[in-house]
Amino acid sequence: MFAVAMFAVLVTMLLLLVRALVGPSVYDRILAINIFGTKTVLFIAVLGFLSGRPEFLDIALVYALINFIGTVAVLKFMEYGDLGWESASDREGDV
Amino acid sequence: MIIEVLNTLLLSMLVVTALGIARMRSLFPVAMMTGLFSLLSASLFVLLDAVDVALTEAAVGAGIITVLFLGTFALTSAKEKTVLPRRALLGLGVVCVTGAILVYASLDMPHFGASDTPVHNHPMRERFVETSQAEVGIPNMVTAVLASYRGYDTLGEVCVIFTAGLGVVMLLGARKKAAR
Repeated sequence: MFAVAMFAVLVTMLLLLVRALVGPSVYDRILAINIFGTKTVLFIAVLGFLSGRPEFLDIALVYALINFIGTVAVLKFMEYGDLGWESASDREGDV
Repeated sequence: MIIEVLNTLLLSMLVVTALGIARMRSLFPVAMMTGLFSLLSASLFVLLDAVDVALTEAAVGAGIITVLFLGTFALTSAKEKTVLPRRALLGLGVVCVTGAILVYASLDMPHFGASDTPVHNHPMRERFVETSQAEVGIPNMVTAVLASYRGYDTLGEVCVIFTAGLGVVMLLGARKKAAR
C-alpha cells in the first residue's frame, strides 16, 4: 500500500518537474516548486513508513516550514522587486 | 528493489533539473529551480539514511540560498549577460575537467555500506558507541560527536561563519548609507 502511495507521489513529482521546467509564466514555476516542497514532505513521510522507521516525520515538518519561508521570499521579491527593506523603495516596509 | 527504483528516479530528476537550469537565461526562475534541486538532493540523502545532511541541505539549499539569491538580484540584476561562444566553450571544458576529477576522486571512496572502512576500524569508535549514550545522552550518535565531543571545533566554525557574515553586513551597510 505504501509502495502505491510512493508511486503516486513520484508521478506527481514528475508532473511538477515538467511544469517547473516548461511553465510559461513565473507564477507557474512558483506554484510548481511550492507544491514540489510539499511532495518532498510526503516523500519523506511515506519513505519512513515504507522502510518501517517513521521517526523522521519531524524532519518532514521542518521541510514544510522551510518551503513556506522560500515561497514568502519569492513572492515578496515578485511584489516589491526586493526583499522589503525600507531603504530600497519609497513604500513602507510591510513588517 | 523499491529503493533502487527510487534512487534511479530521483537521480534522473536531478539531472533533468540541472539541464533545465543550465538552459535558462533569466536568473529569477534559476534561483527557484536551485531550491527544487536541493529539495531533490535532500530526498536522496534521506533515502541514503543521512538524515542530518538532508536537513542541512534543505535548510541551506532550499531556504537560505534562495533568499540570498533574491537579495542579490535586488542589489544587482536578474538577467544573465550574454556570453561569447568562445568563452562558453572554455567554461564547458573547465566544468567537464572538474567533473572528471571529482568522479576520479570518488573511485577511492569506500563502497556504500562497506564494513572495512576507517569509520568502522578506528580505535575511538568503540568508545563513542559504548559511552556516548551515558556521557551525553543524545540518541543520535553523529549529533553527540558533532555537538559535544568536538564542540570546541564546532564553536570555532560558528565564529568563522559569524565573522564572515558580519563582514558582508558591514560592506552592504556602507553601500546603503552612501546611497541615501
